[in-house]
Amino acid sequence: MFRVTVRETGEWFPCGPDECVLAAMIRSRRGPVAHGCCGGGCGVCRMQIDDGQYEKVKTMSRAHVSETEEGAGIVLLCCVQPRSDLLISKSDSAVLKSLKKDFAFG
Amino acid sequence: MGFCGTLRPGLVQLRVLDLDKTLDFYVNVLGLDEVGRTSDGRVMLKAYDEFDHHSLTLRKANEAGLDFVAFKAIGPNTLEEIKERTVAFGYQVTEKPANSDQPGFGKRYSFKISTGHTFDVYCDVDLAEKGPQIKNPDIWTTPPRGMRAQRLDHFLLYGPNIAEAERFCEEVFGMFVPEICNTEDGNRLATWITSSNKPHDLAFVEYPQPGKIHHLGFYLEDWHDVGNAADWIAINHLKLDIGPTRHAITRGLSIYFWEPSGNRIEVYAGGYTAYPDNPQRVWDAAQLGRGLFYYSGEVIPSFLEIVT
Repeated sequence: MFRVTVRETGEWFPCGPDECVLAAMIRSRRGPVAHGCCGGGCGVCRMQIDDGQYEKVKTMSRAHVSETEEGAGIVLLCCVQPRSDLLISKSDSAVLKSLKKDFAFG
Repeated sequence: MGFCGTLRPGLVQLRVLDLDKTLDFYVNVLGLDEVGRTSDGRVMLKAYDEFDHHSLTLRKANEAGLDFVAFKAIGPNTLEEIKERTVAFGYQVTEKPANSDQPGFGKRYSFKISTGHTFDVYCDVDLAEKGPQIKNPDIWTTPPRGMRAQRLDHFLLYGPNIAEAERFCEEVFGMFVPEICNTEDGNRLATWITSSNKPHDLAFVEYPQPGKIHHLGFYLEDWHDVGNAADWIAINHLKLDIGPTRHAITRGLSIYFWEPSGNRIEVYAGGYTAYPDNPQRVWDAAQLGRGLFYYSGEVIPSFLEIVT
């Protein structure tokens, strides 16, 4: 079991090596993302991995993570499994930021 | 049969990230049949109770989401009339030749509407080899699998200027609008649109980003099959969004979840019988929670915010 720490809050949650980080975050209720498609398509769980080893086990939509960003450690948490303790931080895409501001439902 | 020139949405092409894994879901969990593959590797599928060649095409891509939706017109004269009305409405129409990118389909007229979605319209399509029986027919030929989806039912699209999209569906397709939801200042927030007795063939929600799909809906026989679908979601560790529940809007019995590439799917049963002469049902945005999820009366953030 690895420890995933959220940089902004300092809180951490446990995550096994055979589960995606998002599933563990939702289960623990200790992170900024509470839901998502869990299939790499919707982009809601986009975050930056600042430190630690991980493995990408699913395809991440290029609508939400570009090749360059992927190289820089930006991931969709539903597509990666930990291979060590991780330090993660929020990384809303420009698109998601604008949607949160403009969306009619508020 | 439709009340107007268009019969129903008959074909959808979706983008998927992992073709094999996602196809396995559509065939073995949702219960569709694979009809064949195109020369460029796309997969054609249909539900067991559909007559036409195929109703869903999956295309492997690096983004999930919707390529286009296509509506079946009642005949060739209507098809040409719709094309002319579309041009007069102000949209640029292109022609996709028969048997080009969609084997079995006649020519399609294609155009982009205000919400950024590509709509096609066609009237000719081959019958499927494995369609429902028609001579002293049994209820099915081979036992339905998994969630036992009977047919493509509807889709909910997110994009800008849905008021224009609604007007297009009424004026060009001749559809009608059984149900709407308005913001406090009277603007359209959501609209449910149909060409037949179904409460919706398609729906729109106002959204700043163009061309998004909220969900693709398939029809099930009854409430028991919605429960059966819930079992299949759990058994296969699919991500549930919400349900089983009932909508007050459309009165459908429903459950929502995500397929392996992150496109949201609804399986749905029931719904009221829509008639074009019935008064329109109107929802205030403040009551939308109750309209969407009648039992809890509350919307959940994932349902409103997540699209592909």
